[in-house]
Amino acid sequence: MRHIISVLMENEAGALSRVAGLFSARGYNIESLTVAPTEDATLSRMTIVTYGSNDVVEQITKQLNKLVDVVKVQDLTDGSHIERELMLVKVRATGELREEMKRLADIFRGRIIDVTDKAYTIELTGTGSKLDAFLEALDPAAILETVRTGASGIGRGERMLKI
Amino acid sequence: MAEMELTGAEIVIRCLHAEGVEYVFGYPGGAVLNIYDEIYKQEGFKHILARHEQAAVHAADAYARATGRVGVALVTSGPGATNAVTGIATAYMDSIPMVVITGQVPTPAIGQDAFQEVDTVGITRPCVKHNFLVKDVKELALTIKKAFYIAATGRPGPVVVDIPKDVTQHTCAFEYPDSVSMRSYNPTYKGHAGQIKRAVQMLLEAKRPVIYVGGGAVLGNASAQLIDFARELGYPVTSTLMGLGAYPAPDPLFLGMLGMHGTYEANMAMQHCDVLLAVGARFDDRVIGNPKHFAREARRIIHIDVDPSSISKRVKVDVPIVGDVAQVLDEFGRLIKGGAERPEEAALKAWWAQIELWRAQDCLKYDRGAAAIKPQYVVEKLYEVTGGEAFVTSDVGQHQMWAAQYYQFNKPRRWINSGGLGTMGVGLPYAMGVQFAHPEAMVACITGEGSIQMNIQELSTCKENRLPIKIILLNNGYLGMVRQWQEFFYEERYAESYVASLPDFVKLAQAYGHEGLTIEKPEDVEPALRRAFGEWKDKLVFLNFITDPRENVYPMIPAGKGLSEMILV
Ligand SMILES: Cc1ncc(C[n+]2csc(CCOP(=O)(O)OP(=O)(O)O)c2C)c(N)n1
Repeated sequence: MRHIISVLMENEAGALSRVAGLFSARGYNIESLTVAPTEDATLSRMTIVTYGSNDVVEQITKQLNKLVDVVKVQDLTDGSHIERELMLVKVRATGELREEMKRLADIFRGRIIDVTDKAYTIELTGTGSKLDAFLEALDPAAILETVRTGASGIGRGERMLKI
Repeated sequence: MAEMELTGAEIVIRCLHAEGVEYVFGYPGGAVLNIYDEIYKQEGFKHILARHEQAAVHAADAYARATGRVGVALVTSGPGATNAVTGIATAYMDSIPMVVITGQVPTPAIGQDAFQEVDTVGITRPCVKHNFLVKDVKELALTIKKAFYIAATGRPGPVVVDIPKDVTQHTCAFEYPDSVSMRSYNPTYKGHAGQIKRAVQMLLEAKRPVIYVGGGAVLGNASAQLIDFARELGYPVTSTLMGLGAYPAPDPLFLGMLGMHGTYEANMAMQHCDVLLAVGARFDDRVIGNPKHFAREARRIIHIDVDPSSISKRVKVDVPIVGDVAQVLDEFGRLIKGGAERPEEAALKAWWAQIELWRAQDCLKYDRGAAAIKPQYVVEKLYEVTGGEAFVTSDVGQHQMWAAQYYQFNKPRRWINSGGLGTMGVGLPYAMGVQFAHPEAMVACITGEGSIQMNIQELSTCKENRLPIKIILLNNGYLGMVRQWQEFFYEERYAESYVASLPDFVKLAQAYGHEGLTIEKPEDVEPALRRAFGEWKDKLVFLNFITDPRENVYPMIPAGKGLSEMILV
C-alpha cells in the first residue's frame, strides 16, 4: 500500500541524512521525499511517500519516531488528507504545437511560465496521478525535460501535525 | 563578576567532571591534543591509555555494562575514529550507554580531505543512538550534556560527539546545565495502565506460561522485580544470552538460556506455551529462529519494552506495553498481590510436569570421562572455584556459548559479552573495563585462540594498570564455531578454520610481564584455576587450556529453522 508520512523534525544539519540513512539501512522504499523549513524556522517538515505492508509502515513510523531529531510523525494516509505535487515540463513549442501546448496546459490548469521561440515551460500542480495524466496527454516526442518535486501532504481540517 | 572564559578543551574536561566520570578510556592524536593537555592538568578522572582505539571503546562499554553508568571513550580523528567504529557498533547492538568523543580536523579544513579527516558523523550514523558535530564552542557544554542524557535514558545507546580541533581552542563562558529537555526526545517509562491490567489478567489465566527475559531486564535494572514476580506466580523463566543473570540461574524456576544454543527445556517451553511474557527482549533470529515457524503455534504474547520499535518487529504481539521494565513489573506485582486471583494450580502443575520431562533430557550432558579436557568442564570448574561470584567476559565463538551454558550467573551485570554484533576481540578489553569498575572483584575472560589474538595488545594495558584478570583460553586450535558449522553444514570442508602457527601463549603472557600456564590434562584443570585465583590472585594469569578440538556446542538449532528442530548431543 502507498503511504504518505509527514515528519516534523528539528531543522538541524544532518537531519535529512538520518532519515535517508534509515530508509536505506532498513531496506524501506522511498518513492519521494520533500523537505523544507516550516513557519517556525527551527523545525523542518518532510513528506515521505513510501510503499509497504501495514507491518512495514508501522515499523517505519516507529523507527522515524526513534530518531532523536524527530519531533512528530503522522501517517497521513490513516485519515483524510490532501496531497499536491509540483511539476515543471519543458515542451517543444514550434509551429502548430504552440497552440496545442497552450490548450493542453489550460485544460490541466497549468501555467506557461517561460516562453522561447522553440519551447514552453509549463508549471502544473496536483496529485501525482494528475501530473501523470498530463504527461500521458503529451506527445512523448514533444517533451524536452521534466522535473517533479514529489508529493507534499497535509491533513484535512482539524487534523494537524504541530507541536 | 564577569564569567571566566574557558577553552573548548577545558570545557570538555569540566563537563566530564560534572557528569561524575571516573574513567576515560582513550588514545591520543593530533586532533585531540588540546583535550589531552587538559587531561594532564586535571585529577577528576583517570585516563586509561589502551593500546588500540577499538579496545578503548570496548573497555568503556564494559565499564557501562558492569555498572549501569555511562562509559566514556576519547579518540582522535581519522584512523582513531575508524578504529573506534567496531566498538561503537558493538555497544549499539547491545544498547549500551556510552559517550564517545572523537577529535575532528579544524572546521575550516572539514571537507577538504585534510590529513586524518573522515566524516565521523556520517560513518557512525547507522551505529549510534545519536551523534553530534560541534561547530561552535558555545554549543559544546550543552551538546555534551545532551550526549550523556540521550545515552543513558530510554533505550540506552552510544552517542558520538565529534569536536573539531579549533573548537577545542576557541573560548567562551562555561555553564553546565543541571538538566536538559528536548522536545524531540521523550522516552516513555510508565506503562499504559489498561494494557498492564489486560496483561496481568492474561497471565493469571495462563495454563502454560513462560517468562522470556532479555538484555533489557539487565539494562533496566529489573532483576529484583522479575524475581519477585516470577516467584509469586511460580512461572518458568528463560533468558536470552544477554539477559543471563537477571534471574538467578541456579533457581528451580529457571530453564536456562533459550535460542540457537539454548536448552531443550527452554526452547520446548517457548514453543508450547500458551502465554508468553517477553521482558526487554526482542525476538531476534538467534533466539526464536525463523519467526514463521515460531508464530505457527497459537499463543498470546505480552511484550514489555522501553523501545516501541522493538515491539511487533519480528513477531506480532497481543499486548504491547511500552515502558520501563522495572516499573511495569512492579505494577504487575502490585496488581497480582493486591488481587485474590491466582493461576489455576492443576494446569500449572501439569505444565511443570511436562517441563520436568523435557529437563530430564539433560541436554547439557557431555562426556565426563574423556581423556582430553572438555571445555564445558573448564567452565564448570571455574564456576565452582569462583563460587559463582566472578564477573565473566567472553569473546565470540564456541567458548562464549559454553560460558553462557555452564557458568550459572546468579546476578545481573556479571556476564559481559557481545551478543548483538558478535564481535571477536571484546573479551580482554571487556575484562579491563569490568576490573576498573570493580577493582576487588574476580574477573575472568573466557576466550578462544582466535578471538584473544584480536586484541592481544591489551596485555600491555593490563600490565600498566596491574589488572588481575584471569584469561581462560579454551584452546581448541580451531576457529571452533566456524569449524562446527563446517562440520554440520559444509560436509567437513574446514576452509580456513584451522589456525596454524599459534604463539606460545605462556611465553607471550610472560613477555608482557604476566603469569601463564598451559594445562593439558583434565585433572590439572582445577588446581590451575585454584592457583590462578589463589597464589596468583593479584596477577594477570593466562591459562592456556588445551581442549578437545572436536567438541561441539549442543543443543543447536540450525539458522533459519524453528525452535523445535533442535540438534541434540
Ligand atoms: C570480528 C569477527 N570476525 C569474524 C567473526 C566470525 N566468527 C564467529 S565465531 C568465530 C570463531 C572464533 O574462534 P575462537 O575465538 O578460537 O573461538 P572458538 O569458537 O574456537 O571457541 C568466527 C571467526 C566474528 N564473530 N567476529
